[in-house]
Order: sequence, then C-alpha cells, then structure tokens
Amino acid sequence: MSMKSFPKPSELPVPAGAEGWEKLYPYYLVFQDKLKEAEDAKFWFCDSQHWPTVFKPFETIGGEFAVKCLGQYNARHLMIPNANGIEFRIHLGYLYMSPIPVPEDQIAARVPLFEQRVGHYFQNWEELLKQWHVKVRGTIDEMETLSFAKLPDMVPMEDITTGKAKDGSEVLLENYDRLIQLAYQNWQYHFEFLNLGYIAYLDFFNFCKEVFPNIPDQSIATMVQGVDMELFRPDDELKQLAKLAVELGIQSAFANTDDVEATLGAVRASSGGERWIRQYEEAQDPWFNFTVGNGFYGHDKYWKEHQEIPLGYIADYIRRLDEGQEIMRPTEELIAEKDRIVEEYRDLLEGETQAVFDAKRQLAATAYPYVENHNFYIEHWTMGVFWRKIRELSRMMHAEGFWNEPDDLLYLGRNEVRDALFDLVTGWGVGAQPIGPTYWPEEIERRRGIIDALKTARPQPALNTPPASITEPFTRMLWGITTEQVQQWLGAGEEVEGGGLRGMAASPGVVEGIARVVTDSDQLSEVQQGEILVATVTAPSWGPIFGKIKATVTDIGGMMSHAAIVCREYGLPAVTGTGSGSTTIKTGQRLRVDGTKGTVQILDAEEAAEPAIAGPGAHSHSHV
Amino acid sequence: MESNEYIQFFDGGIEPTLEALGGKGSSLVTMTSAGMPVPPGFVVTTAAFDEFMSAAGITREIHDLLEGLDPEDVAEMEKVSAGIRADICSKPVPEGLRAQTLAAYEALMARFEEPVPVAVRSSATAEDLPDASFAGQQDTYLWLEGAKAVTDHIRQCWASLFTARAIIYRLKNGIPNEGLSMAVVVQKMVNSKVSGVAMTLDPANGDRSKITIDSSYGVGEMVVSGQVTPDNIVLDKVTLTVVSEHLGDKHAELVPDRSAHTLVEREVDEERRGRRSLTDEELAAVASMAKRAEKHYKCPQDIEWALDADLPDGENLLLLQSRPETVHSSKPAAPKASTGGYAASLGIPASGGSAASGDAASGTTAAATGFSLGSITASLLKTTA
Repeated sequence: MSMKSFPKPSELPVPAGAEGWEKLYPYYLVFQDKLKEAEDAKFWFCDSQHWPTVFKPFETIGGEFAVKCLGQYNARHLMIPNANGIEFRIHLGYLYMSPIPVPEDQIAARVPLFEQRVGHYFQNWEELLKQWHVKVRGTIDEMETLSFAKLPDMVPMEDITTGKAKDGSEVLLENYDRLIQLAYQNWQYHFEFLNLGYIAYLDFFNFCKEVFPNIPDQSIATMVQGVDMELFRPDDELKQLAKLAVELGIQSAFANTDDVEATLGAVRASSGGERWIRQYEEAQDPWFNFTVGNGFYGHDKYWKEHQEIPLGYIADYIRRLDEGQEIMRPTEELIAEKDRIVEEYRDLLEGETQAVFDAKRQLAATAYPYVENHNFYIEHWTMGVFWRKIRELSRMMHAEGFWNEPDDLLYLGRNEVRDALFDLVTGWGVGAQPIGPTYWPEEIERRRGIIDALKTARPQPALNTPPASITEPFTRMLWGITTEQVQQWLGAGEEVEGGGLRGMAASPGVVEGIARVVTDSDQLSEVQQGEILVATVTAPSWGPIFGKIKATVTDIGGMMSHAAIVCREYGLPAVTGTGSGSTTIKTGQRLRVDGTKGTVQILDAEEAAEPAIAGPGAHSHSHV
Repeated sequence: MESNEYIQFFDGGIEPTLEALGGKGSSLVTMTSAGMPVPPGFVVTTAAFDEFMSAAGITREIHDLLEGLDPEDVAEMEKVSAGIRADICSKPVPEGLRAQTLAAYEALMARFEEPVPVAVRSSATAEDLPDASFAGQQDTYLWLEGAKAVTDHIRQCWASLFTARAIIYRLKNGIPNEGLSMAVVVQKMVNSKVSGVAMTLDPANGDRSKITIDSSYGVGEMVVSGQVTPDNIVLDKVTLTVVSEHLGDKHAELVPDRSAHTLVEREVDEERRGRRSLTDEELAAVASMAKRAEKHYKCPQDIEWALDADLPDGENLLLLQSRPETVHSSKPAAPKASTGGYAASLGIPASGGSAASGDAASGTTAAATGFSLGSITASLLKTTA
C-alpha cells in the first residue's frame, strides 16, 4: 500500500505579499536549502494547538523556549529511553514539529539512567513540587522588579558624588537580558514536572488498556484527573463575585462593563459596594494574571489590564443567576461520578492486579494534576508579567521614536531588540540621534505586510510523509497525533456516516445545535447561549464561555488538551483534533456533535452560503 | 390495583416470601424490585389456594383418597389423580377471591392499549418441589385471552398439585399432603419487536469490563439459534460507552401471530436491516439491566432480553432470563498485567517487574508509593500506546 503524503514545505505556495518571509525569523528556525533532503525525509506536524496564528518575529520566543525545554527533559534530564526531544521549524509563519527518536541500540543503555532519575522524582514528588512553587514564584517576583524607564537627561548628582561611574543604560540592557533569562528559567521549570506527569499517566493508561482491553480513553482520563483544579480558580472567582453582587443587590452597576471605571465607580457608590470591591481586588492577585489567549502571543489580553473582560463575564453570570440558572460547576456530582468509575473498574480486578491498579492510579493521580495546574503559573502568570514588561519596553522605545505603534517591538526578533536597545543607549549616551527611528518604522511596515499576508493561509496539518505508525508517547498524548489521526487528515480514515468530521472522542455526550466558529479570542463575545463552539483550539481562560455553550469542536488537541479537560469538567460533549473543523464548519450551521464517538455532522451542509475553505491559500477568519 | 393477601403484583412493592408466592412467583417479584423488569404480571398467592380449598371443603376427602395409595400402581394412581383434579375444577371459587382475581387481571390489561394474551403458570413452594426438573412438570398455559380463560387455568394450576407424578413424588420423598399449597403466576406474553442476548463480559477474551450485546428484530430464537446475524455491540461496563459495534444483516424476524398462537417468520426490509436494531437509549437500557442482573446475582450473567411492542418506549425492556455465564467466569476476573514484557521484547534486561520485586541495578522500586519503574519503562516502550 502506498502511503499518502502531506505536501513538502517547498511545495506550499507563498501567499502573495509574503515573499521574503524567511528573513523575519532566525536562520535556525526555517528550513534550509542545504538540508532539504534530510528535512524532507522527516515528518513534521503543525502545532496549531499552541500556535494557531502566525508568529510575529518576537513571538517565536514562546515556541523556542517551550519546545526546547520540553526536549531537554526527555533528552538530557530524564533520559527517556525511546524519545529525545522535538525538532521544530517555522514555515510560512506556523510552527511544525518533528519528534526525535532514540536510536534502537541506545535505548537499553538509557533504561537504568531513566529509572534512577524518574524514580527520584516520583519518590520525592511532594517535596520537589513544593520547591517548584518557590522557584517559579521567585522568577515571577524578580520579573516584576524589572523596569524599562526612559533614560534621564543627565546622570543624577548623587551618582557623581558616590563615584558610581555608570550612566544607567546598563540597567536597561541588563533588565532586558534578565527578562529574557527569567522567561527562559520558568520555561525550564515548566517542564520539570510536565513530562513526569505524562509518564505517570501513560503508565496507568497502558495498564488499563491491558487489563481492560479497549477501555475508552475517557475513562482513564477521568480516573486520574483532578476535579477541582487551579486552572478553574479564576473563573470560580468571577462566579463568586457574581453571586456576591446578586446577594448585595447591586446588579444595576454592571449595565455597561465595557466602561471599567464607571462600572467600578457605580459599585463603590452602591450600598455594600466596598465589600464587593475588596473581594474583587483580592481575587486579582494572582487570579487576574489570566490571558484570553494561551500566553504565547504579544497580543494576548490579560484580565489584569483588560478588566472589561472579567467584568463582562461577571455581568453575564449575574444575568444567569437572575434568570435562576445554576452557574457553579457540578463539582460534587463530578467527584461522586469519578469515585464511582474508579471503584467499579477496581472491583473488576482481584488480588495482586488490584494492588497494581491502586499503585499506578495513585501515582498518576499524584503526578497528573501538575499537567493541569502548571498552566496557570507559567502560561498565565509568568507570561502575563513577561508580556506586560515587554509592552513597557516597547512603549518606551515608541516614545523615543523607534516605531509608529506602541507594540511594534513584536516585529523585531528578540536579538534585534537588543541591537535596537544598544542603538538607543548609544544615541542617548553620545548625545546624538539613534538610528532606529530612521530605520525601524519603514522596516516594521514591510514586516507587517508580510505577516498579514502569511495570515491569509491556514497551516497544513503536517508536512511530508508520515511514518507507518506513530509511537512517540508524548506526541500521541499531548498533541493527539496518532496513526489514525494522521490517516484521517489524509482522508484515508473511516468515513463518518452522512458526511462530517471525525476527531477524538474527548468528552462524552451527544448534542445538536448551532455552530459558532471562533478563530480568535476577540470573537468570544459573539458566542451566544446554547451554541456549539468550533475553534482552532481553545484556551483555559475561555472558562466562562463553557458555561454558555452546548459542545466544543476543535481542529487540534488530544484527550488531554485544554478543550477536552474543560469540557469533561463542565459535562459538555467535545470532539477534538478534527483537523479542519474551524475551516469546514460555518457559523450558523446546525451540527450534531457526538463526543462519545468522536464525530461531528453538519446537518444542513448543503445550505451553507460559502464553500468550505481549507488548505493552503485559504483565508483565515482571524482578524488578529 | 394494590397488592393484597390473595394477589401480589410483581411491582407491588411487597417483600416476597416463598410461602406466599412459591419459587417462580417470588423470583419474579425479587427480580422486578431489583430493577430487572420481567414481563409484567401478578401472583395469585398460596393464601388464595388455601381460601379456595377451605371453602370447597374437600381437603379431608382428598387426604382420605391419597391415604394408602400404592405408588407402583400407576393405573389406580391416574384414576385417583383425575378424580381429585376434576373435583377441584368443578368447585366454585369464593366470590371475594374471584372478584380480587378478576380485578387483578383487569388492572394488568389496563396497562396496555388493548387486551394482550397472558401465560398462566403454577408456582409451587420449595418444600413441595425441591428441584427444577420437577418444577417443569407443573402446568404452564400460553396465549390465554379473556378473564374466563385465565381463571379456568388458574384452577387447573391448582389442580396440577395432584397430578399422578406429583403424588408419587411426595409419596417417595415422604412429604406429607397436609399443608400443601400452590401459588399461580399470571404474566403477559412477551411480544418482542427487538430482542437478543447480553453478556456481562467480552466472550472474546473474558474481559469483565465489557458488556456484549447481540440484538436483532422479533423474537430472540433466531439470534440464539444462529439463523440471523444480529447487531453486535460491545460497551464499557463502567461508563456504558460503546467500544465497538458491528451491524448484522438481520434479514429475517420471528414475530408472534396472536390469532394462530404461534410465531411466524418474515423478511426484514432494507431500511431496518441497514440500521442498528437498538436506539442509543435502548442500548443503554439493555446494558444497564445486564449490569444490574450481574450485581444482583454476584457473578457474570448471560441474559435474554426483549423490547415488548405492547409497552410504551422507555418501559418496554423486559428481562426474559438471566443465568450465570460459565465459560469465562471460572477464570480470574482479569488477566494479570504483564510487567516489563515490552522492555524484555526489545532486548532490554527486565529491570522492574512487580512492585515487590525490586531491582538492584537501579534501585527502582519505590516502596513509599508502590509504583513500579520497570512497568513505567515498559509503558513508554510500548509501541501502541
């Protein structure tokens, strides 16, 4: 049987106006002509789960740090016997990944090293995790101390008298370097426990598949997943604030939450309003360090700086409370159901096998919650502070005339920023004009044109010829890239009855409803009560939306993707990893989502106004 | 209608006793209250029999007739037996008892859009009928329609306590004729539109975390005897998620012909053949019922079930039979998980094994949590995660 293939990178058309895009990114991030043969021989899948839209040059930092640090834990810390890290490239603005296997003849030698290392972590889990929290918090606190103030007209007299003999520009340079280093540091910490969480999960997963052949993946996930996780805390805080507002009878203050000052002013002026404000302020630290995106983009909006977002959600919760709806997640029911499922599977086993089940589930239940909870600390909190500091720097340089728009720093690579900073301090130091204000505005406009052109095409699900089977454990678990999934993308998978899409059965249940396609978090406000959310990928911070919708369909993501976890938590059906849900389905179409079977049917496909758009050259709905 | 001293509905909520309901009757009530819906019906209790006998005033006379009978004299035995039974059938039923029985029958019929045929079966108490083969000797009357047919056959069941075989059995086993009694079951005839079997394990590998269902149209005989290829569905027992399903051809069905009091075979049309014979809701209901049967009998079960065309959707699933699954249930409940096997197959020295085994080379087992590094390694190396 001849294996169908995805296109080669060189076969993809460059969108008009995007010519020369390669030069926007560092040389090591793009496919090389001289390595064409070797690179074409590898299978690359697109990680649109984390990077759904085109990278601006500065934003490659998230992809680079995250995927590099993931790899180091496989290849250098834990010595995973059969998996090294993941190579990555940016092609036409999107991130493609290729897992690196360990040569067969080296696997055995890594086993004892691996067992020694993971053994240490699993034996000392609590203590090491406690230490992790201290380290991560330390990084964030230090990040907060960094500032990028405008340089003074002259060195203060005090520095003359103390003989300091430095002009302060070194602080600007050091702070920039330090900010980058601290981000790198927390990305290393991010993966200290993540791979271990997956390892413990995989161990339990494989055991279950062995003793209960064909046990649904959902059952295994349910047995180890935390029911009340930190990722839901921000949303829960908003619900509590909505309840308090109703209790205090101050609903009318939330009539127009787009005006943050007026809303908070109206609350303060109401009777009991001060109490509400106190609770609101307490909730902010740290829970408003929460992005509507996923932490990887400079345009991510964080609740802290965009309080109209949490206030809007609060207003929506207040409305639902006033309508008599239950807004809290059914936590007790979920815990009871989880306990029932664990108990019933356990009861099917006897003696020693039952003891093994207990040990493995216990380990997975200990280690796996990290996979869910770390996200708040790194993607939301750390990156929230990081992007805030970057904006501060960008705005300072904007004020110095380096670029036309306040956030245009994102169009520079992170090492170009250092050059620009040195340009700035040189011009300032010698009393001349820096070159940047002459050079960057025009260059940034050129780059903006290229980025906008790249955004008009969606990425390919993958590049080149897939291997006969996909065995790398993390690729399968984290990204849901399985042999079946790849075949499905290639159109070779099992047909869905009546036409439609197939993906992963990520959260059980069957519903019909109207689709709402969301390709960018700015479109979230369009989502109406009772609609089915169709997205490239969802972010955990979309929490409040999950209380409104009936089901979720995503293009990419496995059993343990955020959409899957949140939907199980909210008791909503979800089909993840459909490959092309957000491009095939149109807002307003009627869908039947079967989260138990992993299928999505478009019930009125022929009535769709526009033809489905997919593949290279397709226009994305994104208006980022 | 409420259950009372003489009549006990299967779903009447009264605690069943062997003395009042006999073996079959009390089992039907127990199953119904355990959530295993047998075809609906009621039991005419032993108190009704006692009341009838006492009003008929023939107990003494019967005892005298049976006294001193020679169990080897078959001709005499048959003659006496026939006499007693004719006597029982000719005596009037006391008016109160008769009214209660008729009301019970009407109440049963009222559950359906139009009157349906019933079966009338005797249900003896355990002391009189110690083994199942003997129970089979008791009378069963099928396809009965109308109150008269039903009451006549209740009386015939009572009379069946005095068949020659029953008399001989008691003589040979030294069971006294004093205090003999008999309950009678009146139960709706099943009108299967869809039926099949379900096992509370996967017969392919004995996996007890699955429920396997075979389902086809009409009466289950064609499924059981292999004359049609049924739909085959495997569900996860804990979550009732469908794990796999294969649509069978289901080319023919056996359906009851009420007028002929028999089953007729007919073709199934393309449309019905092309879809699953059970809806999602019906499938979940069959699986839940199988699971309840297993829980009730505390071992894997092999059940026969049917969807009754005379009952409304959601209440039409009936349990026809539940018996222990014997092929796999004698084996351990679950296969023992292999540990380290995959590593070994790759030429890697087994480094772990069970949590208790330990490993000198890498000090791998962590007693604190009881996990096994060898198995973790094996998991990672497993190529089909």
